[in-house]
Amino acid sequence: MTFLEIAFYFFSAVLTIAATMVVTMRNPVKSALFLVLAFFSAACVWITLEAEFLAIVLVLVYVGAVMVLFLFVVMMLDIDLAEMRAGFTRYLPIGGIIAALLVAEIALVMHQSFLPADFTNPVPHGANYSNTRELGLQIYTHYVYPFEIAAFILLVAIVAAISLTMRRRPGSKYINPGEQIKVRREDRLRIVKMASEKPQDFSSTTESPSSNGETS
Amino acid sequence: MIPLSHYLILGALLFAIGVVGIFLNRKNLVILLMSIELLLLAVNINFVAFSHYLGDVAGQIFVFFILTVAAAEAAIGLAILIVLFRSRKTINVEELDSLKG
Repeated sequence: MTFLEIAFYFFSAVLTIAATMVVTMRNPVKSALFLVLAFFSAACVWITLEAEFLAIVLVLVYVGAVMVLFLFVVMMLDIDLAEMRAGFTRYLPIGGIIAALLVAEIALVMHQSFLPADFTNPVPHGANYSNTRELGLQIYTHYVYPFEIAAFILLVAIVAAISLTMRRRPGSKYINPGEQIKVRREDRLRIVKMASEKPQDFSSTTESPSSNGETS
Repeated sequence: MIPLSHYLILGALLFAIGVVGIFLNRKNLVILLMSIELLLLAVNINFVAFSHYLGDVAGQIFVFFILTVAAAEAAIGLAILIVLFRSRKTINVEELDSLKG
């Protein structure tokens, strides 16, 4: 058993176990953390397939961005866990049966179609082979139009996510800089013309309201 | 060396786990979204494996685009989830029946 095989089977086992934990955990926060582990193991599996760029992208984009988003949302929502778990055991048998069927069918098809003789192991690339360069050459030439569409999809996602979640709270107090700048002197200052007061008679000592209250 | 079928079986296992996740957690919308991510990951593993064994980089480019779309989907899905939670105070799928569908 070579090191590559050991690494592949180890990371596959971790990936499968982590994925199982994702769907069976009681707490969604733990599910999200196990999903992080699953994505990380998947990235390691992809490295055994010499897809280094995608492995790093998976770690950066999924673990770094999407899963943080998931964790953020899960922690923000106040979820009733007990109610969510109702019916978990009820659907376990049918879910298990369907999963076993799925795996059996896929394994059957693959066993028939993809014999090891058809797909021999490719020769590993040399040390100076750059997966990123290879992908970049293809993406910026043959796939430049889909690449632009992908960029546009991301832009749409940004706009949609922000416009969906942004709201004005009715009771919140905030400063509108436009209104502040627009203000004129007449809006804030009122000049009152009034006759001058007559000098008061200070000989009779007027007591302050607080002392008045005490004496009365 | 590792044969191609082992990668494909790994993908099949992950896909099955994702499907089971949709069955088991059919009330919790957050875990449903996570299960969808698992399904996409399984498909991506198949793509990368075939790309490696066929010596064709096109499979990896497809994975690249799938990752892009999946990230956009996750972001919009979670945004919808938050809006839903604000208005209904729940993310239980069975209580989201105001459309009477």
